[in-house]
Amino acid sequence: MVSLINEVFKKARNAKRPALLTYTVAGDNTKKKSLDILKSISAHADICELGFPHNTPIADGGQIQTSAYRAIKNGIKINDVFAIAKAFKLSKKTTPIILMGYYNMIYQYDENKFLKKCKSSKIDGLIIVDLPYPENKSFSKKCKRKGINFVQLVSPTTSNIRLKKIIKDSHDMIYYISMLSTTGGKLKVSPKKILENYFKIKNQNKSKNVVIGFGITEKTIKSLKKADGLVVGSAICKEITKSIKKRQNAVTNVTNVVRRLKNKIK
Amino acid sequence: MKLKKGIPLIDQHDQFGFWGGKFGGSFIPETLKKPVEDLTEEFKKLRKNKKFIKKRDYYFKNYIGSPTSFVKLENLTSHLGGAQIWAKVVSEANGGAHKIYNATVHALLCKAMGKKYIVGDTGAGYAGKMLSMAAKKFGLKCKIFMGAKDIKRQKPNCDAMKKNGAEIVPVYSGSQTLVDAVSECMRYWVSNCDNTHMCVGSTVGPNIFVKICGWSTAQISRELKVQLKSEFKKIPKKIKLINCVGGGSSAYGFWSEFIDFNKKQIELIGVEAGGPKKSKLHAAPLSRNAKIGVLHGAASYVCQDNEGQINETESISAGLDYPGVSPIHCFLKDTRRARYTFATDEEALNAHVMVTKFENLNPSLEPSHAFAEAIKIAPRLSKDTIIIVNSCGDAKKDRDILKERLGKN
Repeated sequence: MVSLINEVFKKARNAKRPALLTYTVAGDNTKKKSLDILKSISAHADICELGFPHNTPIADGGQIQTSAYRAIKNGIKINDVFAIAKAFKLSKKTTPIILMGYYNMIYQYDENKFLKKCKSSKIDGLIIVDLPYPENKSFSKKCKRKGINFVQLVSPTTSNIRLKKIIKDSHDMIYYISMLSTTGGKLKVSPKKILENYFKIKNQNKSKNVVIGFGITEKTIKSLKKADGLVVGSAICKEITKSIKKRQNAVTNVTNVVRRLKNKIK
Repeated sequence: MKLKKGIPLIDQHDQFGFWGGKFGGSFIPETLKKPVEDLTEEFKKLRKNKKFIKKRDYYFKNYIGSPTSFVKLENLTSHLGGAQIWAKVVSEANGGAHKIYNATVHALLCKAMGKKYIVGDTGAGYAGKMLSMAAKKFGLKCKIFMGAKDIKRQKPNCDAMKKNGAEIVPVYSGSQTLVDAVSECMRYWVSNCDNTHMCVGSTVGPNIFVKICGWSTAQISRELKVQLKSEFKKIPKKIKLINCVGGGSSAYGFWSEFIDFNKKQIELIGVEAGGPKKSKLHAAPLSRNAKIGVLHGAASYVCQDNEGQINETESISAGLDYPGVSPIHCFLKDTRRARYTFATDEEALNAHVMVTKFENLNPSLEPSHAFAEAIKIAPRLSKDTIIIVNSCGDAKKDRDILKERLGKN
């Protein structure tokens, strides 16, 4: 069976553009608001990543930390995250949703129970920031058995030998971290260099969909449009923070950002 | 789950870095895989390198001032009227605490790997102070991450860090204590791992950091073993080694040479921070039955809620104020080799008062937790029982807290 994630990438490829992936935090700043944002931005985003917030996020920069702390403060629980995802999928059957977070949350929930819940909520994929290869081997196998895409991460520090093994063990999508940074850092590597590294990965197995994330904003997105997909997270979280501060409608503002991002890569 | 004899505890992990199959590991972002692997290789090589060992021993002796003394606390012993109470005065080490061992080894590793920048976390400020000292000594640029709350309550150590030329980066997220400092330090390393070395201040974090720190502080028990033999002619029959446990670096260092002994002969007692008597919050994951969780790259008992969010902790002692604990202490707990308990803020303060009243010793609030347990159990033990407390830090840094709580200068 072809996964929904694969289909979406195929569609984007046919339209000669990269897929646009967004990242928002579940429950930011309320459960309802985060669902409204998801529904609204999915008019422009091809894949929605939904963060399940953790209060000790070791790989996230300021913007996503702020969103995560805000969501936790407003009482988000892991079952709410599933409920949001499920409600989203009911209204947007063709947009894949990928949950993203830290392993301790899954460990406490129990791996098998977590995956069962993912399945029943129609989650398409998972990104676990602090469960690298080869530690993730058994969990990614479990995901595969459930038909859930486990997304492997690759970074500029990943060695060639390691890269080969990771690609071999990957499912439909691979996430390339553009630079040495937490999420939301300023792009400190030239787009040319990033794409060079990207094609090193892409050319190993052309059937894999490789996306680039970290440091992508309205300013930088166009320069990376040769990739299969591009992820924008912090820039969106920042917009939510700004809207709350200015007492403006976050749904409208965030949707506008995502629309502009999409227009830049069309 | 079983301990092996004749192998250092730091090496008793499986290929994925787990002790007892479930504690430790390396739960790290992909970006850190390479620097962690490089560090692992380098450490593996250097710890077998005679020249490197010679260098380490040279600095331990001539820079840190090993061995630190081992003394009987005569007045405290006769006051309590039970077991003999002795102290290993590790606070005599250069800088005033055991953290200097780990800091020195990390600075040597950083040099060996050709990196010019070193970063570290700190709670009580000792890990930071020592790293700044070692960095200065070895010509490295140093950044220290410290919770904003800790910067306020441990000012003397912050002054020392600045004097040594280190930059203190205040961390305002979360509870503004050690847990947040470690997170922020790791984030910094993710972004700068190409030219920067990270020192984790205790036997916590990804597997390799547990190993390096334990390897460094083990010096304490190597010295003690020699001192015991010279004082008593052979290792006495009834010994209790009492140590405070936050991350667990001084406790591991104090115990490592004695883990293979029968626990009837040498009992290992770890004392965690019980927090204020009236508060529900504490920093005692081992003795107050926390569940296993993943924090800062390793699985250990962690103070957390049902969902896996890390709990806030509370302790008068910044150095013990941490929701996790070393995986090797979890292993020692589950194999029942060590016993873990806790002391409240009030008990630690009382212990500090009693020790300073009877002895010419000024233990900081961290080892005061260990003294609290010694004071509690000594009266009901026989006179041939030897209690040894690791007095692993000096109370100079606690000046402001002690003044506030005890009205003392």
